[in-house]
Amino acid sequence: MRRRLLPWRFLVVLGLVALSVFVVFPVRGRIRLGLDLRGGSHILLECVDTPEAPVDEDAVRRVVEIIRNRIDQLGVAEPVIARQGERRVLVQLPGVTDPQRAVEIIGKTALLEFKDERGETVLTGAHLKNAQVQFDRLGRPVVAISFDSEGAKLFAQATTANVGRPLGIYLDGKLISNPVVQEPILGGEAQITGRFTLEEAQNLAILLRAGALPVKVEVIENRSVEPTLGRDSVNAGLRAAVIGVILVLAFMVLYYGSFGLLADLALLCFILFFFALFIGLRATLTLPGIAGFVLTVGMAVDANVLIFERIKEEYRSGKTWRASIDAGFQKAFRTILDANVTTLIAAVLLFSLGSGPIKGFGVTLSLGILCSMFTGVWVSRVFVDLFADRLKMRV
Amino acid sequence: MEFIRATHINFMGVRKVAYVLSLVLVAVSLGSIFFRGLNYGVDFAGGTLLQFRFGREVTTEELRSILGTFGLAKSVIQRFSPNEAVIRTTKLSQEDQSRLSALLEERLGSAELLRIEDVGPAVGADLRRMGIIALLVAIGGILVYVAFRFEFRPAVTSILALAHDGLTVLGVVSLLQREFTIPILAAVLTILGYSINDSIVVMDRIRENLLGKKRSEELEEIVNRSINEVLSRTINTALTTALPVFSLFFLGGKMLQDFALAILVGLAVGTYSSIFVVSALWVDWEKRSPHRR
Repeated sequence: MRRRLLPWRFLVVLGLVALSVFVVFPVRGRIRLGLDLRGGSHILLECVDTPEAPVDEDAVRRVVEIIRNRIDQLGVAEPVIARQGERRVLVQLPGVTDPQRAVEIIGKTALLEFKDERGETVLTGAHLKNAQVQFDRLGRPVVAISFDSEGAKLFAQATTANVGRPLGIYLDGKLISNPVVQEPILGGEAQITGRFTLEEAQNLAILLRAGALPVKVEVIENRSVEPTLGRDSVNAGLRAAVIGVILVLAFMVLYYGSFGLLADLALLCFILFFFALFIGLRATLTLPGIAGFVLTVGMAVDANVLIFERIKEEYRSGKTWRASIDAGFQKAFRTILDANVTTLIAAVLLFSLGSGPIKGFGVTLSLGILCSMFTGVWVSRVFVDLFADRLKMRV
Repeated sequence: MEFIRATHINFMGVRKVAYVLSLVLVAVSLGSIFFRGLNYGVDFAGGTLLQFRFGREVTTEELRSILGTFGLAKSVIQRFSPNEAVIRTTKLSQEDQSRLSALLEERLGSAELLRIEDVGPAVGADLRRMGIIALLVAIGGILVYVAFRFEFRPAVTSILALAHDGLTVLGVVSLLQREFTIPILAAVLTILGYSINDSIVVMDRIRENLLGKKRSEELEEIVNRSINEVLSRTINTALTTALPVFSLFFLGGKMLQDFALAILVGLAVGTYSSIFVVSALWVDWEKRSPHRR
């Protein structure tokens, strides 16, 4: 039965190889890289209560909205902004090169207040319509703001009432500028000149346009990787993987001769199928994920080692070559299953319990184990059956 | 090429030596874990880790004195190259992080921030809880599987050996004061899952050989024969798994080196225990109180 079906089984292998090649190549751009490899920021924010602004459902929803606005203005491609649980907001910014600036912009409350001499707030940023960076006559960056109609009215009142006196401009309670009102401003437009650097002015404009957060927000987790460091990691991981694969290929040929060559063929199938599945499942490759893959390369040939050793034993015990191969595959299978189930238990746990990059390790390890059971047992059986009569193993 | 032909090594004869060695391994590991402690990374302990590339080469002492002016003289400084450094401190606020970057930039020409790992206490606690759950569930899962798969006694000795393997990996991480991070936890979990296999292979073979044993054969002889029979696969599976991990250790970059080290230690000690300890413990148990079969 097995022998008669051999051409079909071989065709299935060829078909899978063709399909995988189609899915995997050209590799460039097909494998989704995690933030630790492509560079970027993973930022977890938490809304915290303050006496003035306790956190409620509506506040958290607005926080998400405002942060989304701010990030849109940062010009990040494919950002992720997602609420996590009751009070947390997850922000992922791929490719960000200046994570400190990103965090400053995302996490700032950005409450703009105008206060008169007595320290009373006369107007807030809630009435802003727009904010833009401009340059004054000396070429210094300033932030030009314009109010909505309500704000323009309030601002006109405030400036009228305070001519000749300072009107302090505060951001999150910190004085950023304290201009003296020369004359009433009725048009609803003003400038904030606060000895800014260009970047500071740009940040402020973004914050003011997107609006103030209704509650205080704290950064409780920030994992950021500069893109060049990520690229270094990819290159190092790739180098380690390639050398690792070569070492395993060489070992199998040196130790098991032509049978080792068949195991190597199966290993190459494993790598191909693994990445086809990985891409097909739209999984994300992380740095620990690379480690998981490298590890499964070594584990993948374990199945072949177990089978070949069993074949040797069966042959030594006096069975015919054919019978030894049959018995070897059959008897080793139970061990291979055992070996993989326990490792899979650990891998699936990391996959389901883990967070962030380590999830990537669980993914590659689980996928690698499942895939290697197929290539190590089924695919290598096809290769062994195809060449069985022409091959001999030293026993 | 054949490294391991039919061997006739008397493993049972050296089992007392193996017991002593294993007890020492476990004792030293436990001692180190309790007294030296695990060097928790920011994942579990919380804190801030910043990796910089500077405009010029800088010594660790110089770096430490600059950090001293910031009140951070006690930070952990790790060096990858003369113009790069990883600085680990207690949790710094956003403002302090920016101020520190600015200070380093001012003093060292330039300070490019390559990596931030900033974990607050709440997240650190979450990760610790998650880590403990993962470890417990993994151990539970493996126990359940082994209980189904083995008879009682081989299951117990395999689990003992597994605990021995896991503890030794943690012990080495603690002794070398490598950072205990999520990847290291992942390595320990993986070793627990992987290491049990070799024990399964050996104990299965013993069971098989017991069924067809000759009347005159002693228990030790059967066990020795069984271990010798499966020796090449025990060693070769560990070796093929270790080869790419070696490559990872040497070529995979600094960030995966500790992970690779933990796996290599686990593979070595796991292979050792499945050859020298698991079945030996079982033999002594059987000899002390023979199990009816």
